[in-house]
Amino acid sequence: MTDTTARYTRQDYQTDQEVRWCPGCGDYTILSSVQNFMAGLDIDKENVVFISGIGCSSRFPYYMNTYGMHSIHGRAPAIASGIAVARPELSVWVVTGDGDSMSIGGNHLIHALRRNVNIKILQFNNQIYGLTKGQYSPTSEVGKRTKSSPAGSIDHPFNPMSLALGAEATFAARTIDMDRDHTQEMLRRAYEHDGSAFIEIYQNCNVFNDKAFIQLTGREERELNRINLKHGEPVVFGPDDEYGVVIENGSARIVEVSAAGLDAIHVHNAQASTPSAAFALSRLSHGPFGPTPVGVFREMPRLTYEDGLQQQIHEAQMSRGPGDLQALIGSTGTWTVE
Amino acid sequence: MSETSTIGPNDAEAQTVSAVAIRFAGDSGDGMQVAGTRFTEASAIFGNDLATFPNFPSEIRAPAGTLPGVSSFQVQIADRDILTAGDHPDVLVAMNPAALKANLPDLAPAGTIIVNTDAFVERNLAKAGYETSPLTDGSLDAFRLLEVPMETLTKEAVKDTGLKGRGVLRCKNFFALGLMAWMFDRPNDPTLDWIDQKFGKDEAVRSGNELAFKAGYNLGETTEMFRNTFEVKPAALPPGTYTNVTGNQSLAWGLIAAGQAAKLPLFYASYPITPASDILHELSKHRSFGVRTYQAEDEIAAAGAAVGASFAGQLGVTGTSGPGLALKSETISLALMAELPMLVVDVQRGGPSTGLPTKTEQSDLLMAMYGRHGESPLPVISVSSPSDAFETTIEAARIALKYMTPVLLMSDGYIATSAEPWLLPDVSQLPDISVSFATASNGESDEFLPFLRDPETLARPWAVPGTAGLEHRLGGLEKEDMTGNVSYGPLNHEKMTILREEKIAGIAADIPEIEIDTDADADLLVLGWGSSFGAITAGVRRVRANGSKVARVHLRYLNPFPRNLEEILRRYPKVLIPELNQGQLWRLIRAEYLIDAISYPKVQGQPFKAVEIESKIMEVLES
Repeated sequence: MTDTTARYTRQDYQTDQEVRWCPGCGDYTILSSVQNFMAGLDIDKENVVFISGIGCSSRFPYYMNTYGMHSIHGRAPAIASGIAVARPELSVWVVTGDGDSMSIGGNHLIHALRRNVNIKILQFNNQIYGLTKGQYSPTSEVGKRTKSSPAGSIDHPFNPMSLALGAEATFAARTIDMDRDHTQEMLRRAYEHDGSAFIEIYQNCNVFNDKAFIQLTGREERELNRINLKHGEPVVFGPDDEYGVVIENGSARIVEVSAAGLDAIHVHNAQASTPSAAFALSRLSHGPFGPTPVGVFREMPRLTYEDGLQQQIHEAQMSRGPGDLQALIGSTGTWTVE
Repeated sequence: MSETSTIGPNDAEAQTVSAVAIRFAGDSGDGMQVAGTRFTEASAIFGNDLATFPNFPSEIRAPAGTLPGVSSFQVQIADRDILTAGDHPDVLVAMNPAALKANLPDLAPAGTIIVNTDAFVERNLAKAGYETSPLTDGSLDAFRLLEVPMETLTKEAVKDTGLKGRGVLRCKNFFALGLMAWMFDRPNDPTLDWIDQKFGKDEAVRSGNELAFKAGYNLGETTEMFRNTFEVKPAALPPGTYTNVTGNQSLAWGLIAAGQAAKLPLFYASYPITPASDILHELSKHRSFGVRTYQAEDEIAAAGAAVGASFAGQLGVTGTSGPGLALKSETISLALMAELPMLVVDVQRGGPSTGLPTKTEQSDLLMAMYGRHGESPLPVISVSSPSDAFETTIEAARIALKYMTPVLLMSDGYIATSAEPWLLPDVSQLPDISVSFATASNGESDEFLPFLRDPETLARPWAVPGTAGLEHRLGGLEKEDMTGNVSYGPLNHEKMTILREEKIAGIAADIPEIEIDTDADADLLVLGWGSSFGAITAGVRRVRANGSKVARVHLRYLNPFPRNLEEILRRYPKVLIPELNQGQLWRLIRAEYLIDAISYPKVQGQPFKAVEIESKIMEVLES
């Protein structure tokens, strides 16, 4: 089937389950973006699988009319990897949060990324524990006062983009819940990428951590702070693109384009041989508290795990034929008793 | 005839014995496992019945010459059906003082010791804690001591190969093996062929090992010191084709067979852990069978990947040992709650914590039964010997698939690493354990109800991704009966808890009644499970040989128990339960049936000896 316009509507991807996030939660916006995006894909709905862990965001599969599993805390990438390796023809998505994917499930996240299993990981980063009602998370800023850190958090946070790039991710992108078009664009790029994809989605928790991303979502603030990464283009931002990013000695810093000259501005390359420049860009903001890049940081294809495995199976069957169990159990030497 | 017969000193030439146990012992770097395994293979091909017991330290290379570094391999060969590697070796090959010291207490009275005298120098004696040399101080007078300068003779044998230094000394295990091959009249071709195959790429190493082996053999033939050999005739085993198999190998092949019998691809996810790793190694060699092996980042991920593969419609299996089973517990509960089929293999080792990684124990039984949160019963099935693992694994898969449940498949370190002859089955006769995926909606208004159960098995339908119209969500939250929607209803939770329990309990109707091996008028029943099968059976034979009456039952199914088990247990005034733990099956039996059984625990990291079972039975009979 090639007609991509008429196959599904957003309603086809909705379930009959009442959506139970808090009113005003950023998860609603993301759910709608994902449903709209999926409806536009040329893929049989029964071949889509959504796997989640535990947390507010992990309720997601219940609201997607696909195959799905609301699994256990932190383990969604492991379960999704099993599905994708077993059935490479499926489109497997992981929905997770900052605590689910980087605290209790940190190990599975990094290994899924470096292994390059064809799963798409959507990390809803709200920088707080929502489901357990407001403790600091591995992305909460130092000093944050929460129920479990009344005197301010003393935990240094992760930068999810830096973590993903350090974990050998072949695709890493960042988007914002409020920006539906950009979210769908990132979903599309991730979907088209052959291998594991990581999308950090800044997601507002209006109950426990409201306006955490105001620097990128506020009408005035975003003009000044949002850096749109575009492959092959200079990294500039600001109302009149008057600011730019230069990378020197492995570090990125903000400059005025007029002062530095356009030639000095870093040209974004998502397919660079090393992730060093992408990493430097990821270090620009650790909050976000100021100018923050969004978009695709890295998109560098590499053999997927399941393709490598299928290749080995194929080669073994070509050279040895399909397995013969009777021969196998006699393969280490036999003797006959008359 | 006892399980072990002893070769005494001053035997006549080519003495025929019914059974003999030989132990190769040396440093963990001395190649004793290789020597023992090669001797075993040659004996298998010769046609003896046999059983082996490898015993090695958990350190890869403990300090050379020390007691903790001693590695040993025991094999019993016999002209008849035997069940254990022998309680006490008749012959001990000791490559150094530490190996002698560590193994001498096990040696049969008047047994034979063959020592590598080159290693009995002051430094090594001190490392082993000997103040005087046991070779000269008379402490070995009760044994038959044969002194061989194995290093000197090996050096001489390989001097033209170009091997140097450590490369020369690495051949000495084959020297020892050659000597044993002569002494027990083993066929040499299997060993020489193996050397060619294994070392063919390095001519110096290949010829060195071959020359050392032949030198050992020729020493026996030409030296007066070894004036007699022993003949152990082939055993009268049932006709057929045999192979020699370890438990891990047999279990791995059983998994491949289960996949074929179920007509499902096998997906094996594991994290390396002793003593289960060999299952992963074996399966990863068999890509041509379509086997997907997945070495996960940790134990939890391995369990998770297996659950994912099961959800995707494959035979999802994860394998581990005790510490790993603890880590997998939460994921197993998810599979239980989602009612997905899955096999969890636990190759038990000494615990708790890191415990005794290379030693055997049966102490995970209660964890397998109860080591999960919430009300979470699961089938628990145990392998009882290396060759039994093949069939038991297929049976575990049958139950997992038919009842849509994780199944705990218990093995242990002794089964995993020891070997015995296995009468090869005709795989075209394997049972058909295939199940059907759901393909159509099952609700009254054309909806799909993922938790609408089969009235007979109580299993829910297995609808796999890719099936149009059956899209559904599983999860760890409590399910509403039939629809599978999230439900916090109090009565629904109770109903679902009971349904899950009844589903597992109902499996009792689908497994065979337990068979009993009994004497008429026996007053005592010995109840066992797992790897103690050999020792218990041999112990019972000894008791019977002494004229006493006894009955024996060995369990494959630990949850649910066979439906006739209670009735059988109640026939006997006394029930004795030997296990390599502090009485875990004993507790289950008491809890289930209020039967006041007698526990016989052992937790030394070593299997039971037949003589221990015999003594305990006699003690109980006489009390």
